[in-house]
Amino acid sequence: MSSIGKLITNNGSRRRRGKVRVPTITLAHGGGGQAMHDLIDDVFLEAFDNEVLKPLDDQARLSLSDLTACGDRLAFTTDSYVVNPLDFPGGNIGKLAICGTVNDLAVGGAIPLYLTCAVIVEEGLPVEKLREVARTMATTAQEAGVQIVTGDTKVVERGACDKLFINTAGIGVIRERIDLGADKAQPGDVILVNGLLGDHGAAILNARGDMSLTTPIESDCACLHGLIEGLLSAVPNTRFIRDATRGGLATVLNEIADAAQVGIEIHENRTPIRAEVKGFCELLGLDPLYLANEGKIVCVVPPDHVDTALAALQAHPLGREAARIGEVTDHRPGRVVMQTVFGGRRIVDMLVGEQLPRIC
Amino acid sequence: MKYVDEFRDPLKAQFLLAEIRELVARIQVGRSRPLYIMEVCGGHTHAIFRYGLETMLPDEIGLIHGPGCPVCVLPMGRVDDCVALAEMPGMIFTTFGDAIRVPGSKKSLLQAKAEGADVRMVYSPLDSLQIAKNNPDKQIVFFALGFETTMPSTALTVLRAEKEGIKNFSLFCNHITIIPTIKAILDSPDLQLDGFLGPGHVSMVIGNSSYRFIAEHYKRPLVVAGFEPLDILHAIWMVLKQIDEGRTEIENQYNRVVPDGGNKVALDAIGRVFELREFFEWRGLGSIDHSGVRMRESYARFDAERKFSVPALKIADPKSCQCGEVLKGVIKPWDCKVFGGACTPETPLGALMVSSEGACAAYYQYGDIEKIHETKTHSQLEVIV
Repeated sequence: MSSIGKLITNNGSRRRRGKVRVPTITLAHGGGGQAMHDLIDDVFLEAFDNEVLKPLDDQARLSLSDLTACGDRLAFTTDSYVVNPLDFPGGNIGKLAICGTVNDLAVGGAIPLYLTCAVIVEEGLPVEKLREVARTMATTAQEAGVQIVTGDTKVVERGACDKLFINTAGIGVIRERIDLGADKAQPGDVILVNGLLGDHGAAILNARGDMSLTTPIESDCACLHGLIEGLLSAVPNTRFIRDATRGGLATVLNEIADAAQVGIEIHENRTPIRAEVKGFCELLGLDPLYLANEGKIVCVVPPDHVDTALAALQAHPLGREAARIGEVTDHRPGRVVMQTVFGGRRIVDMLVGEQLPRIC
Repeated sequence: MKYVDEFRDPLKAQFLLAEIRELVARIQVGRSRPLYIMEVCGGHTHAIFRYGLETMLPDEIGLIHGPGCPVCVLPMGRVDDCVALAEMPGMIFTTFGDAIRVPGSKKSLLQAKAEGADVRMVYSPLDSLQIAKNNPDKQIVFFALGFETTMPSTALTVLRAEKEGIKNFSLFCNHITIIPTIKAILDSPDLQLDGFLGPGHVSMVIGNSSYRFIAEHYKRPLVVAGFEPLDILHAIWMVLKQIDEGRTEIENQYNRVVPDGGNKVALDAIGRVFELREFFEWRGLGSIDHSGVRMRESYARFDAERKFSVPALKIADPKSCQCGEVLKGVIKPWDCKVFGGACTPETPLGALMVSSEGACAAYYQYGDIEKIHETKTHSQLEVIV
């Protein structure tokens, strides 16, 4: 990050907070001058205010002893959020930018602690929209118990990005004796999910408004570290957890089958999907197994701990509809097979590109 | 889901499968080869794979996945024309989603979009008309594609554009018609088909009488089928029943949707806007007489082919492709020399690898090829046991 456009000024001293007095973001807000400082003060500092951020240095300074008190390994991740539209039923890009990075840390068994926030704004975005996103990020971070400790702001010309892109990097600490990995899946292990699949993907597709469908489907966007902590406390020898984001359940299962060179068999009738999402997919010729989720994890647990794991997931509000959807097998390593509701079997492969609606 | 789950009931499937097995056992006495039934429609192919129907049927039934995927049978030259149209300045090119990835000789619409062409995915031609209204300073072309299923909505859109006096909207017409193609397949000397599942959605428009020649002249049974897995099993049962009783008739399994006489309003709209072309090129099958439609002279101003100049070059299918033989049921997809090697859904050489409704892509994505081979040697099916 260059010092130009940094969220935090590098003079080390607090200035009086500025105010943005225009309705839309212009290139001036990324120019490094007063307009930018006002924007940072008024929008980001206002929302994110915390002790680590306050000194306004070029970098956030974190206490090592605080970190080592939580565990024995650092988890470090980054993710960019470019969702279109910025607002969708169940959330907005800001909520997604916090939840997504928190979840990327949590699925590795880490306690999420600190996040960064770098925004790339297209000129012309209403300041109020940016403020709304920053406030959502602050609220979501607060609820998740993480702090946004450093960041960056860039403004680009119209057309150089689509309204608003956000990158959040995150640091967390992995508890001792927790060691998760896709390659740890073994034949006999059981596959669990924490609830209804495909809501986020369907909500986003619908929110784009191309289909003129009225559905009550909302994104499942949520921070899952509490749920995961519950699972790992109950079953510390859980083999693997991954959030089923882009590419959906099907993609995660293929990644596990490939990494561990095992077969995976799932059962269509046990895979929880909301009737509205099923209907949405039927209409558009999509497969819900490939729809994105932002609040769903796939867990691989040893067979003798299934009941405990399921109970731990179901005890959490974000896991009430948790279900056992399949098993790891030693048949045809690398392949995911689904027993269909109708009684047949089919391969569930990785998608080549994006899912496209069929003509007829 | 109401009106859907009823047609996916595994218990009813078991009853039907038991009867199918019984019929097949009776029919197969004294026969040396399996019974080959072709599902003409890509929608059926998709459902067959999605529900794993092939893994449930007795080995003595071979399903042949026919030419009814309009995306698959579109020749490369036509895709090149789409790209040329899309790359014209001031153009917004609109298309159904699954056509966007179909490779032309140089690039697909998806690549053209990445390089700057304004290519937009729509769910209906009416969306495209709306885009035309919203962008009066641009030209909007809709990539009209599909059999009689999608033809009425395109025709009605043109009629609406005419009524509303919209001048910046036109069609790149690639609609095709199924009957001449079925006839071409039936005339093929290496034909091994014992019966057909007729396309449900096409029949909803054209009705059932157009298929009579199949039963009367070619002596093959055809059963118009719905798209749920029980529909398909039921229609297979009906075909087998005809074979067992020595009948060749056109029957309608999908009578909850398909009226025998078709849909008059839809047919009228099609007739007003479109007329048969002398011939149309099909990927994998070559040129088939009267198998495509173009816009009538009176609607020439809505015809992108007349309005703009397109290269209209004929690009030959790659020599290594055996799509034609797969379509006619002479070989199975995995018997093709390039299947899964040079030809994959990511880099399709042949038509059938292009869309998820294409037989080869369906086998590649959903099909359990090892399992299919296995079940051909062991007569018991794991699923049923």
